[in-house]
This record gives sequence, C-alpha cells and structure tokens, in this order.
Amino acid sequence: MFLALLAVQTLNGLQLGILLFLISAGLTLTFGVMNFVNLAHGVQYMVGAYLAAMFASFTGGFWSALALTLPTALAFGLALEILVFRWLYDRDHLSQILATFGVILFLNQGVKTIWGAAPLSVPMPLALSGSIPLMPGLLFPVYRLALIVVGLATALALYLLINHSRVGMLVRAGSTNAAMVSALGVNIRQLFMLVFGFGAMLAGFAGALVAPILSVEPGMGDNLLILAFVVIVIGGIGSIRGAFLAALMVGLIDTLGRAFGPQMLRLALAPAAASQTGRALAPMLIYILMAAVLFARPSGLFPVKR
Amino acid sequence: MTLRSQRPAILLFAGLALFPFAASFGADTYLLTLGARMLILALATLSLDFLIGQGALISFGHAAYLGIGAYSVVLASMAGIDDLLLQALIAIVVAAVFAVLTGYVSLRATGVHYLMSTLAFGQMLYFLFVSVSPLGGDDGYTLSSRSLLIGEPRLTSDLAFYYLCLTVLALAYLLLVRIAGSRFGRVLNAIRQNPLRAAALGFRSFPSQLAACVIAGSIAAVAGTLLANQSEFVAPAFMSWQRSGELLVMTILGGVGSLWGAVLGAITYLTLQEALSLWTDQTQVIVGPLLIIVALFGRRGLAGALVPRTSGGPA
Amino acid sequence: MSSPLLRVEGLAKSYGALVVTDDVNFTVDEGRLVALIGPNGAGKTTLIDQLSGSAQPDAGQILFEGVDISAYDMPARAELGLARSFQIAAVLPEYSALENVALAVQARSGSSFRFFGHAAREEKLNAPASAALERVGLLARAEDPAGELSHGEKRLLEIAVALALRPRLMLFDEPFAGLGSDETRAGVDLIRELKSEYTMLLVEHDLDAVFALADEIGVLVNGRLIAWGTPDVIRADAGVRLAYLGDEAFA
Repeated sequence: MFLALLAVQTLNGLQLGILLFLISAGLTLTFGVMNFVNLAHGVQYMVGAYLAAMFASFTGGFWSALALTLPTALAFGLALEILVFRWLYDRDHLSQILATFGVILFLNQGVKTIWGAAPLSVPMPLALSGSIPLMPGLLFPVYRLALIVVGLATALALYLLINHSRVGMLVRAGSTNAAMVSALGVNIRQLFMLVFGFGAMLAGFAGALVAPILSVEPGMGDNLLILAFVVIVIGGIGSIRGAFLAALMVGLIDTLGRAFGPQMLRLALAPAAASQTGRALAPMLIYILMAAVLFARPSGLFPVKR
Repeated sequence: MTLRSQRPAILLFAGLALFPFAASFGADTYLLTLGARMLILALATLSLDFLIGQGALISFGHAAYLGIGAYSVVLASMAGIDDLLLQALIAIVVAAVFAVLTGYVSLRATGVHYLMSTLAFGQMLYFLFVSVSPLGGDDGYTLSSRSLLIGEPRLTSDLAFYYLCLTVLALAYLLLVRIAGSRFGRVLNAIRQNPLRAAALGFRSFPSQLAACVIAGSIAAVAGTLLANQSEFVAPAFMSWQRSGELLVMTILGGVGSLWGAVLGAITYLTLQEALSLWTDQTQVIVGPLLIIVALFGRRGLAGALVPRTSGGPA
Repeated sequence: MSSPLLRVEGLAKSYGALVVTDDVNFTVDEGRLVALIGPNGAGKTTLIDQLSGSAQPDAGQILFEGVDISAYDMPARAELGLARSFQIAAVLPEYSALENVALAVQARSGSSFRFFGHAAREEKLNAPASAALERVGLLARAEDPAGELSHGEKRLLEIAVALALRPRLMLFDEPFAGLGSDETRAGVDLIRELKSEYTMLLVEHDLDAVFALADEIGVLVNGRLIAWGTPDVIRADAGVRLAYLGDEAFA
C-alpha cells in the first residue's frame, strides 16, 4: 500500500518536474543569453493554457487545440519581444523587473477581462483519458503518464537541438559570452528573438499540456514562475541540463516532501509536533535547498562554464 | 544635504501633512484610512530604496519584514504587551536577527542570485506563518483593537493614527538621509559604485552591506507594526512574494536613490490603483502598460523626471 | 635599510595550460622606484593582480615588510599599506573628485562605522583630500563628478587617491596608458616628484617614461623575469633587446 502511494507521488513529482522544466528551459536561456530578468515568463505559460482552452472551444478537440496553440504561443512571445522586451536588453535589471511586472499585471487582468475570472476547462483527449494499473493497487491517469513521456521527449529534443545543431551552438556560445558572439558577426538580435520566442513557445506548450488537468485561471502562472526561478538558480543560470535536473529535483522534493514529510518526521517527533513541523517545513524544502545551493555553489549545481 | 536639495521632500511631506484636511471634506474615515495605509507602505518602500539606492542590494523578499513587524504585534499582544513602542522594539530586534542570519547566506551572492536568495527567505517565512495555526495560518489573525501608545488607546482615532504614520515616515526619511550622508553611507555607496575600488581602499563589502540590511529591515518591520494596527488584521499575505514585488515596483517607479522618490512612487502607485478602481475593476489593464512605459522611457523614475539629478553623493 | 619592503619568491600562476607567471623572484627596497616592463601578453597585469590581492597565485610567497601576505585579500593588503591604481581607472563615478579622495582619507582615519555626522562637511577628510588633489594638479576639478573626468584626469585622480592612503608601497598598473604625450610628460614629472617620498612599483609599457623614472627595471617575458637591473644594464642586455626586437627605445 505504502509502495503504491510512494509510486504515485513519485510520478506526480516527476510530472511537476517535467512541467517545471518546460517552463524553466526558456527562462534559463533568456537569463543566460540575454541577462534579462523576465518575470513575465509565468504569464506565457498561462497564455498557452488559455489559448488551448480557446481553440478547444472552437474546434471541440484537444489535439487540434494543441496544434493551434503552439504557433500562436510562439507568435505571442515574439510580439512581446518586439514590443517590449527587446528595448530592455541593454537596461539594468531594475527596469526589466518593472516592465515585466507590468506585463504580468496586464496579462493577468487581460485574460480575466476576456474570459472572466472563473476557471476554464479543456476537454481531455479521449485516447488518453482514464487510468491504467501500473502495479497492484495503483491506478495512474494515462494523461499524466503521457505528459511525463512528452516532457521527456521534449527534453531530449531540446538537448539534441542545443548540443548538436548550429543554432544550438550559437545559443550555447551566447549564454557564455554574448558580446563575443556578436563580435564574431552573428546577428545577435535575431538570436535573442529566436531564444525568446522559443522559450515562450515552450512555456505556452506546457500551459496547453496541463490545461485538461489543472484549472485554467488568471494568475495560474504566478506561483510556477517562482518555482521556475528556484529551478534555474539551483540548476545554474543558462544551463539547459541544469534546468532539467534541477526541475526534476524540485518537482520530486516538493511533491514527496508535502506527501510524506509529516509522516517521516513522526520517526523523530511526537505525532502532533511532527504534523505541525511537517506542514511548515514541506513547502519550505525547495527554498531551503535553493539557499543551500546558493551558499555552497553560487553558480548552481550544473553551471555553464564561462 | 542642503535645504535646497531637500525642497522636493519638504513639499511632499507638507502635502502629506495637509492631506487630512482635504479628507475631512471628503468621505472622512475612508480617505484617512487609505492615506494611513499609503504612508505605511511608503515607509516600507523608503527602506527598500535605501537598500537598493545606497547599497545596490535588490531584494525580492523585503515584504518579509512587513510580516515580521505585523506578527510581532500579534505575538506581543498575546503576551500582554500592548504598547506600540514596545511592540516596535520587539519587531526591530526580530528584524535585525532575521537580517543578520539571512544576510550571511544572501550576501555571498550578487545580482540575480542575491535577488533569488532574498526571495527564498521571504518564501520560507511566508510558509512558516501559513503553517502556524494558533496565529490563524493562511486565514490570518484579527487583532482585538489597535495598540496603545504610551499607555493610552490614542490610536483609535483615524486622524491621530494618520499623523502618527506621517511622523514615523518623516523621522525615518530624515534618519535615512542622514545615514546615507554619513561615513558609513559613503562606504556603502562606494561599494555600490565600484566594489573593486572599494576593496582597493580597504573596505570589505560584507559588514557594510549587512548593516544596510539590518537598517532597512528594521524600518520595514516598524512599518509592519503600523500595518497591523491599520487593518487590525494580520495575514501571511503581508509577506507574499507578490507584496515584495510590489514594493520593488514602487521603489523603481519612484526612482531609485533619492529616498523621497520612493515615498512619491509608493503614493503614486497606490493612489493610481485606488483611483482607477473607483472607475473600473480592470485597473491592471491600465497600470500594467503604465509601468512598462515608465520602465522604457523614464530612466530615473518619477523623482528623476521631476528633479534633474545633480552630481555628487546621495540626495 | 636591512630587509626589503616587498619580497616576491617563486611566484607562479597558470590558467590551465597557459603559464602567466613563471617562478618570479624579486625584491623592492624602501624608497626605490621599480618598473616592470615586457612585451604584450607578458603577464604584467596578472602579476600586479597577484601583488594587490585581486588574483591568487598557484605557488610562491609575497612578503610585505616581512609579513607573508600571500593569503590576504585585497582590503587586508590595502590596510597594510599597499595602494593600487588600475589600468582601467577605477574611480567612483557618481562621487566628485574630492569625494573620491576624501573616501581614501577616511579609509585611513578612524572608524567608517559612523552612521550620523555629515561626511561631506568633515574638514578632517576634505582638507587632506584637497591637498592631494592639488598635488596632482586636479584641484580645479574637485567638485566635478569623477565619471565626467577625462581619461588622463581619472589617472591623476587615482594617483591622488593613492596619495591620500599614505601607503607604504604604491602599485601602478600602466599609469601612462592611453595618455597623450603632454599628459605623459606631466605624469612623469609628477611621479618623479613623488619618488622621494614613496616606494613605487610600476608596470608600464612606455619605455621612455620607464627609463626616465626607474631605479631598477625588471623585464617580464611570457611570465618569466629574464632580466633585472638598473636602466643602463637593461638597455645593454642582449636578451632584452631580442625580446623587444625592433623597438626604437633599444636602437
């Protein structure tokens, strides 16, 4: 019984980790290549979810909605880049914080204005609905398994792209030394646009993927944004590999900590105290981890070599 | 600090002192309560401006101190200590300890890593208070009444409370301007402008930066005690990352570095939110783009736009 | 004087496979002006970095007034009396020239943990600062923000800052770099004036200035000291001439 519970929560943790990775990948690149503090990355995720909901209501199906969401999320990200962000690359972090905070406010309100404050629903694709037994006594939703698989596939594709393509090489070079890449004649503006747009698309993709299982509502990206920042700091700013590993770590630690923390503390403390301390410590775990990483390895666990 | 260079601040505080007269012609307590709240958040913003403008320490967790101050009031009154001055003292001590302990970790980092480190500690404190049910957890804690001031319940009058907040704000402003212009302020600013040069002169970053965190944190904690009294209610949301983000935004909006700019930035931002909300409930559709425009075109914030910066040290 | 002010023993540093400091040994006696010259990429700045504390050597010892300062960080060495100027002038751009120098005076006069009191009005700081500015000829620019000074003026400001620190040893990293011939001449005259009062170690490219000022010269090539001696000795050294092949100063 306990094993089944552990397995479920581990899978849930993996799912959260995969989700975090899709969001963090774009964020870590934006940070690493452009030294740009993008608080608005969370709303990109939210926009993806809303786009999926909107397209699903037009077409009635999940797959078509997903297919339409990807290019739209990309276009949306590029629009933001052209209108707002590209003017801030040379500015200090404070201006970037101010502007991207404004984008968050605007978009969180914007979706509320257009679609209302009540959560939207997106239909679960029939082929992936239902649960399958993974072990005796353990039923796990097919969709969530599919999510994990898709996320891992995307991570693999991203890894291949970054490490074995010319564009990927430019991005890697840009994240270690953008000025040098520019001096070597690469159109840095285009590279930035590419990085930004792609990151936005990944975040939107993540939003669309979770739309059938989470509530699509204003502000849904805000807390994930904070988690994404934690991930990229732990993983190392600019490092995709770091983001992947750190995202899985964060997803697992957060989920398992919340699920089993209080119980595990009962080995050391009285039940009431264990429950109380567990409930307090569990959500703090990833922040304690981040603080520890910052203390011991300020560049992150898998930093990009500069 | 000359009288002339302080002209914008004098005007600002004079305006704030006269505000209640306008309020009594208006919707009486509503405006006074709103005004007091703005002054309190302006106080917190002022302390953050000191941290950023003098120390280049961009903190994404400054609201934690608001929470510390607010919950100090709660815990103190639970222990039978109802006088605001004592509660503020407790808040300052707790804030100082928090600043020192977190500073030992956070100040090892710079730039974005420092930003994230302060966020982490803010979040930890937030979750800590969410989990403590005797204090109401997520739902918060309602105070039975406002604190006493030197033995008497003087703060029940909204007008008196407003002027208390204004007095504290003015005193904090004078204190911070003084500190910024002191020997300590010189070193702190030097570290901000060119850490290498500061080190070459023999100044280590850590002690000065830690002191700056303690100063800023203590003042924000005092703001927290006032906040608890203003709403007679305390919740962990006081120290959410969204609140820390708002403090950052108000500081940047006002123009980092001038100190009075922070007060102006906070009041402008909050007034804007309040005024817009009377007209529409889609306030952020307007506020959001405004922030973007200020970020793109207003390099020195409101203070910089109103008063061109002259050379030499802090305001 | 019996023991030298500065003694460097077996200093070595590599960046991976690149050796930038290769078993460097030398001493600087009090009251002398020692210059380190060498072709580009010889490792001169890295050497100064290791002396001032902004870089850590892989091996070797640095002894200052008999004390092993190899593990000391930059502020600690500054407190012992090492003043350093930077090749890319490191000034505090928002502060005026006077404020820059006053801060250096402050570093040597009492506690900096005073939270009240008006630093800008402290005569105890401003008087020595003005004197230092006058010494280098920058008094006219005392109230101007350091960020607005010309490159040459910034180098002068750095010298004023160094003076205000009342150091035991001045480390100058290419003080004449980027200066026009007039400014260089003025700079050489200034340093010649200061020679009698301070011990200096100069890293420099401008050979005319070096030969005019130095008591002793060390020649650094690929991180290694290939020669050491008075200007005349160095000028005649065959190995040095080879290193500077084609350089007019050795013609």
